[in-house]
Amino acid sequence: MAIHVEHEIHERRKGRNYGVGLLLIGFIVIVFGLTVVKVIQLGDAAKFEKFDHVARPQIIPEEGAGE
Amino acid sequence: MSDISATDTTYEANMGDYFALLKPRVMSLVVFTALVGLLVAPVSDQGFHPFIGFVAILCIAVGAGASGALNMWWDADIDARMKRTAGRPVPSGRVQPGEALGIGLALSGFSIVLLALATNLLAAFLLAFTIFFYAVIYSMWLKRATPQNIVIGGAAGAFPPMIGWAVVTGGVGIESVLMFMLIFMWTPPHFWALALFVKSDYGNAGVPMLTETHGRDATRRHIIIYTLLLVPVAIGLGFTSIGGPFYLTVAVFMNAWFLKGAYDIWKRTDADCDADKHKVEIGVFKVSLYYLFAHFCALLVEAALRVSGLGGW
Repeated sequence: MAIHVEHEIHERRKGRNYGVGLLLIGFIVIVFGLTVVKVIQLGDAAKFEKFDHVARPQIIPEEGAGE
Repeated sequence: MSDISATDTTYEANMGDYFALLKPRVMSLVVFTALVGLLVAPVSDQGFHPFIGFVAILCIAVGAGASGALNMWWDADIDARMKRTAGRPVPSGRVQPGEALGIGLALSGFSIVLLALATNLLAAFLLAFTIFFYAVIYSMWLKRATPQNIVIGGAAGAFPPMIGWAVVTGGVGIESVLMFMLIFMWTPPHFWALALFVKSDYGNAGVPMLTETHGRDATRRHIIIYTLLLVPVAIGLGFTSIGGPFYLTVAVFMNAWFLKGAYDIWKRTDADCDADKHKVEIGVFKVSLYYLFAHFCALLVEAALRVSGLGGW
């Protein structure tokens, strides 16, 4: 017997699969939203610019600045 | 075998079955009380972002649901023997016990970790403790061991406003302790009023219930004692920073109403109950529902009045 691309199990589990899909999308939205809120709450952009993994000589204190 | 569907005829659980594992009705009460705890808490100068509040409430709801799933996994044998619970997903065979355990553990971990990341460690710890208390202390230990199960187990339902408070303040205060105590002391008279008029089959399932182990007269005495202990907690909350004249007015009225009901129950006999078909007990049970709802709504109103410069002391 030929195996069809659309098996009956696909139809039967459709609701469940959509549900899991929606939950995953919801999870992404929550994590993204939390990230945005937490970053905004830092206030000063310089606080999080430090962590962008790019060399930023301008945030290194100048040598001899305190002398 | 050429056709895989030949062995694939078992019932496939749908999302509704998994959702039912989370005890949505209990969850709604948890969400309400946690939300009140969160909204009445004092906000620091830095403010509190509503999205973080939303995520916190979601985590608390999911955590409560997770403990419900763990409870259904553990109590499947009891649930199968009681009419009220026989149709639950696990005893009815719609969800496998292992699935309920997996969902319970996964959602517990998810909600606790996310709450810790979104808010603070104390709130996450309180949520973890609540889940542990409900699933292990209540479900696995006390429920089958003592007729006081509902008293101690009620603590699990009392934690949500405390978690909501901790989400905003990062601490525990007299206000959050009293909100905890309000639900904790309210649970026994509320539940036992129900136990007096509902024909339960807890006995068949081997769960000790006060009405069956100590009799109905002892249950009536317990109701009046716990209601008397509840009154100072509810009134006392009115004198804290989240209370005020409006809350106190509501609290005095509701406590007088509830106390009168508990007194009426205490004075009754089984013959009285048979004569009027538990009219008083049913009435007190309804009052107990209004009681909790009114207190938490009054706290919300008081918070709204405070914002507009009218409420508080």
